[in-house]
Amino acid sequence: MNRTLVVIGHGMVGHRLVEEVRERDPERHWRIVVLGEEPIPAYDRVGLSAYMTEAAAEELVLSGQEVHRDERVRLCTGVGAERVDPQASTVLTTDGESIHYDALVLATGSRPFVPPVEGAELPGCHVYRTLDDLDGIRAASETGAEGVVVGGGLLGLEAADALRELGMRPHVVELAPRLMPVQVDEGGGAVLGRLVGELGIEVHTGAAVDSVHKGPHGGVSAVSLTDGTVIYTDLLVFSAGIRPRDELAESAGLERGQRGGYLVDNGCRTGQPGVWAIGECAAVDGRCHGLVAPGYQMASAVADQLTGRGDTEFGGADEATKLKLVGVDVASFGDAHGRSDGALEVTYANNAAGTYAKLVLDDDASTLLGGVLVGDAETYNTLRPLVGKPLPAAPEQLLFPDAGGGGGTGALPDDATVCSCHNVSKADIAGVISSGRAEDVAAIKSCTKAGTGCGSCVPMLKGLLDEAGVVTSNALCEHFPRSRSELFEIVRATGVESFSELISRYGTGRGCDICKPAVASILAGLSDAHILDDEQATLQDTNDRFLANMQRNGTYSVVPRVPAGEITPDKLITLGQVATEFGLYTKITGGQRVDMFGARVEQLPEIWRRLVDAGFESGHAYGKALRTVKSCVGTDWCRFGVQDSVSMAVRLELRYRGLRAPHKIKAGVSGCARECAEARSKDFGVIATEKGWNLYVGGNGGFAPRHAGLLASDLDDERLVVLLDRFLMFYVRTAERLQRTAGWIESFDSGLEHVRAVVVDDVLGIASDLEEAMARHIADYTDEWAAVLGDGEKLSRFVSFVNAPEAPDPTIEFTEERGQIRPAPIDLPTPAARGREFSSEEVSA
Amino acid sequence: MNWQRICSESDLPTEFGVAALVDGHTVAVFRTAADEVYALGNVDPFSGAGVISRGIVGDRDGEPTVSSPMHKQAFSLRSGQCLDDPETRLPTYPVRRRAETIEIATS
Repeated sequence: MNRTLVVIGHGMVGHRLVEEVRERDPERHWRIVVLGEEPIPAYDRVGLSAYMTEAAAEELVLSGQEVHRDERVRLCTGVGAERVDPQASTVLTTDGESIHYDALVLATGSRPFVPPVEGAELPGCHVYRTLDDLDGIRAASETGAEGVVVGGGLLGLEAADALRELGMRPHVVELAPRLMPVQVDEGGGAVLGRLVGELGIEVHTGAAVDSVHKGPHGGVSAVSLTDGTVIYTDLLVFSAGIRPRDELAESAGLERGQRGGYLVDNGCRTGQPGVWAIGECAAVDGRCHGLVAPGYQMASAVADQLTGRGDTEFGGADEATKLKLVGVDVASFGDAHGRSDGALEVTYANNAAGTYAKLVLDDDASTLLGGVLVGDAETYNTLRPLVGKPLPAAPEQLLFPDAGGGGGTGALPDDATVCSCHNVSKADIAGVISSGRAEDVAAIKSCTKAGTGCGSCVPMLKGLLDEAGVVTSNALCEHFPRSRSELFEIVRATGVESFSELISRYGTGRGCDICKPAVASILAGLSDAHILDDEQATLQDTNDRFLANMQRNGTYSVVPRVPAGEITPDKLITLGQVATEFGLYTKITGGQRVDMFGARVEQLPEIWRRLVDAGFESGHAYGKALRTVKSCVGTDWCRFGVQDSVSMAVRLELRYRGLRAPHKIKAGVSGCARECAEARSKDFGVIATEKGWNLYVGGNGGFAPRHAGLLASDLDDERLVVLLDRFLMFYVRTAERLQRTAGWIESFDSGLEHVRAVVVDDVLGIASDLEEAMARHIADYTDEWAAVLGDGEKLSRFVSFVNAPEAPDPTIEFTEERGQIRPAPIDLPTPAARGREFSSEEVSA
Repeated sequence: MNWQRICSESDLPTEFGVAALVDGHTVAVFRTAADEVYALGNVDPFSGAGVISRGIVGDRDGEPTVSSPMHKQAFSLRSGQCLDDPETRLPTYPVRRRAETIEIATS
């Protein structure tokens, strides 16, 4: 069966619908056509304000991008719907294309409401809804100048904060007597007004725009308010509410709700068979919902119906809100205004601290109906799921759990929704914990999706783990009851210089293949000794022990450093000559170097003598260390390059070479946004912009590929290097064994934000210490292979047999394939299980 | 017993291993922190590669071990038994120290 679903509108809700239909339609019955008016695919509109300050649209990318690569999904960006013909079941697009549908979902969203005042159409007047709008505001902003935001609701305050971040002096004009009148009551509004004022935002409540004045340049020059105030400004942002986009109603023969929007029933069905409406444009039983969570619920209900999972209905909206304005927490949930019959209010105001909290209870004070929190919204996560449920503790204990008893996740009933972005209940999460499928927050995230939306419930996930008594052991292995990061701090603080001393003072037994290399890496990070000095040599994995990569037949591969992949013809010839002379198999690596395979232990020194003489040095392909900094050719040669990516990559590779870390570190530098160096799949990636460099961190390929996230943008060369020094040293010090940068960043509650706070904003005050540590590493760097060649004792270990140093190992045999050697197949003497996947403890798990 | 000199004691650092060629057998010789010396077959039974001597020496629950550098299975230095797979065992060889040298016997 082959049917076509047309989705009009590609916002967050339209995108979610496509994602959910795809997920529930494994037989792929539905072909999906999505029309989106904006020039780019759906993005995280809730996070729009971040775009203003961090200047990267990529930060707003939604999950589920893979649907766009699905050949059964056709996304038309920059294309809207002209009209719908319900008789013929077709949609006419603004491009003039007529598309037949078997099912049609309207997800057209809203438009900003601009009050009908004189001058509202002048240049300088903006709205606040799309990336384009924000680009316009940013271009028009002027440091130090006044800016006016009309509307003191949630979005208006975000807009004002964005103007503030742009260096302007914002005013907020709100008709109601307080800010956020929909969510917050009078008492909360008073506290909020004061806190917002302290941020440098001037608040005009009980006032409206009377007229907008035109200046000699033809644009806005001033605004008069109804209270007589005149503000001289060139920039006005209307953020006074939204109106549903319902202009297809006539052509489609659809009814509207009383206040606009496509009228739908609880299943989001319009009056026309086969036509649904979801999100802000849908008037469910006459009422529109302007938040994303109800829109997602509608998308989910319609996806169920389309994929034959029954008549799932929209369960009603959770209009709870938590505003994340810098420094000011505001939360509102349930019946925040106490409008229910007989509702009782419990209010706590602390004018000194600037906090306000109110709980609304039913008439016998036994059930929580709603609440308002201003200045401190810590308890929002535990209170919101309790709405409509009996109070598990006295109100003051719920509001101030730290003061004793009551609150926390333990107070939540099982059916309470913990993650409202993905509608995950406490019972769902408790289920994956008790079944042993999740032992940490990261596992809960991947099992249930909880915490992967706005992230506000992550502290509750931790609480639920604690409550379930999950004690996550951070012991490195049976020999050390400590984690790698703790051992790093111990070694750093005590100055312990050897494994023997460390294990006798802080561990038990004699160590193993887990703790020995981990401690070796820590010691290497804190001293300038060679990794094969004395006892250190006995701690190393075979790769580090022979400074080469062991292959399946016990031979090694050799990878000299080729910084940034830039190599002279002469050096390339040397590599060819060495490989020919020693009969090595050669292959180009993904990191822009040459790998030479099949070297016997006893050949390694001779091979390296040739390489070192020709100016090569160790490439650390064998180490948990910086591998390569891959680059594109950049401005030197490329017609499109905007920065010199090769020089930067060379500089970075030479700066960080030899840095021992919890895991390998890969990097890339791209000379323009085309990103030919694939820098965003690296632990750190640097991408050129017109103004400098954007720095991305936490990417990797491999088993669980990750895209790196933006740490900082438009950096000059020196600032880039400083931030990288800090980032890398912070990672080396605090990550766990075999934790790549992606997992390390995710291990912090606030993820990349925390890393940014430490690395960019230096909230811990450790930046200079990190920079000094990196400076020491750079100053102490020596080529490990050159050092071995000059050290008879170390060289003496590069023998096949201690009693027959020159005799080749008889177990090593080669055959030939495509003109090069390859290991001869081995008949295994024991038909036993291979590898660790069969070890008994893992089979029983 | 046919004892053969393999190396001097100073060629074998503590908690380290070396490979030796004895009558065509490849042997891995280890010295532990307790200064005991052991000799096992050098060929990793899981991969067929002659690499056991390059493994990390340590202990598991007090049993002295070497872990294969190929896929990390641990083997008892005393018995050659693989501690991660009861079906697998490395051969062991008699070893002794004479006049600051290490000797291995083959039969």
